[in-house]
Amino acid sequence: MNNPALSKINSSFVRKSGVNRRLDSGFRILGIASTAFGLVVLLVLIIDIFLDGADRIKWDFFVSFPSRKPELAGILSAWVGTVWIMVLTALIALPLGIGAGIYLEEYARKNYLTNFIEINIANLAGVPSVIYGLLGLGLFVRYFNLDRSVLAGGLTLALLILPVIILSTREALRAIPSSIREASYALGATKWQTVQHQLFPAALGNIMTGVILAMSRAAGETAPLITIGALTYIAFLPQSPVAFSGGFPFIHFSLQGLFDPFTVLPIQIFNWVSRPQKGFFADAAAGIIVLLGLTLIMNAIAILLRHHYQKKVRW
Amino acid sequence: MDPTFKIHGLSAFYGAKEVLKGININILPNSVTAIIGPSGCGKSTFIRSLNRINDLILNFHTAGKVFYHNQDIYAKDVDVFDLRRRIGMVFQKPNPFPKSIYDNIAYGLRIHDFTTREMIDEIVQKSLKKAALWDEVKDSLKQNALTLSGGQQQRLCIARTLAIEPEVILFDEPCSALDPISTAKIEELIHQLKQNYTIIIVTHNMQQAARVSDYAGFFLLGELIEFDKTEVIFKAPKDKRTEDYITGRFG
Repeated sequence: MNNPALSKINSSFVRKSGVNRRLDSGFRILGIASTAFGLVVLLVLIIDIFLDGADRIKWDFFVSFPSRKPELAGILSAWVGTVWIMVLTALIALPLGIGAGIYLEEYARKNYLTNFIEINIANLAGVPSVIYGLLGLGLFVRYFNLDRSVLAGGLTLALLILPVIILSTREALRAIPSSIREASYALGATKWQTVQHQLFPAALGNIMTGVILAMSRAAGETAPLITIGALTYIAFLPQSPVAFSGGFPFIHFSLQGLFDPFTVLPIQIFNWVSRPQKGFFADAAAGIIVLLGLTLIMNAIAILLRHHYQKKVRW
Repeated sequence: MDPTFKIHGLSAFYGAKEVLKGININILPNSVTAIIGPSGCGKSTFIRSLNRINDLILNFHTAGKVFYHNQDIYAKDVDVFDLRRRIGMVFQKPNPFPKSIYDNIAYGLRIHDFTTREMIDEIVQKSLKKAALWDEVKDSLKQNALTLSGGQQQRLCIARTLAIEPEVILFDEPCSALDPISTAKIEELIHQLKQNYTIIIVTHNMQQAARVSDYAGFFLLGELIEFDKTEVIFKAPKDKRTEDYITGRFG
């Protein structure tokens, strides 16, 4: 044994060679620098946006339609549109995505077909969103004649986030130890009873985390909705699903709003940014603050949920 | 006495790998049968074939016949869910559900259509008493079962199994994750349960097999080498390999 560093008899500790120590501290500095770079850029962006747009964040901004005059313009149609689209996307994508995830993980036989499906769902999760826009345009807008409606937009975004929801459902189910399945089946439970009473409740935290992250991604999507022809200037709202009136039966439900045109926050921002007037720049910045706030809240809920369920379930 | 299980030429495979080779055993009612043998001899696979829990494992299949009261459990028309209700199982690692102590037991009842609150309350209490856990948990039934100690969790798993009134209980190395005091409690329990249940226990621990069982089977490399009364297996084994294993010469 010629290497003094590996000698056991030599009682003094051998210092690592200078090159190794320099590499070590070099990497440390590089790591700190790249972390700092990301944070600083984000901070500068946020400060810049707040300087530009904080003044516009007033009550009027939320309850006004867009206007030709930047100081009168607001995001009413945009945020109402975003709410419509989000609710619709969730209503379509959640049952389909979670159902498909449960089927693929717990019911489907593991064979070439399910393997093929699995690989393709993973691929679909990585397809650029504008491609989904084109699919939505061809399928929903043209073929099913839904026009540039809330329904077409919701269906398109639902398709977009479906793979992510399927994948996170499967991940969540896979994280449950097989001993829980065995315990349930050994008591004579059927597959559905096991899913309903044991697996789904245990996986719910992780599923919801994935769902919210997918939804917050969908909330910021612009490309697919522009592709299907969502309007950039709208001065009216989709018809409300609930309306109140003076006469019997006082409350009316309607799904007519599904077929109305719409816009969403990111599209409104996109529209304002492309205007030459300086005033719209502030409007855009204010819109970005609202959108950032929305995604931040959704991400925070996801983190809280994960934290809550991790504390509750420990195998 | 009519045997509870009549097992004829049971072979089991994971894919192409044969892990059980033509096992023949009769299991008598109200007795404790111990299955012993070194790791990888197929004893867990054997016991897991008796309630078809191994059906969950990909590529697992069997050949031969397992008759439970003259009914072939691998026949096409068998309701595997009812089979598993009647043949309960306690696993190596305690596996309570991440729910309350009460719900752990109530779950088995609810899935078998016991619905009235009073009935469930009564059976929960009765089962916990039978599993010698009642005194320790009677004031904390709403507490999460995962907060119990390992030995308590295992007794809860036994209570959960008893609640749905099986006829047979399969124990797959139930004490291998437990300390000696918890082990003693479980062994005592098995001794009592023998009055009303047919018990099969897989164990690594030969003293345990000698203490709790009436019959013992020695498995080696997927074959049943010897099956007899426990005292015969431990005092006068007929096969050289059994004797070598019992006396600790290998395994």
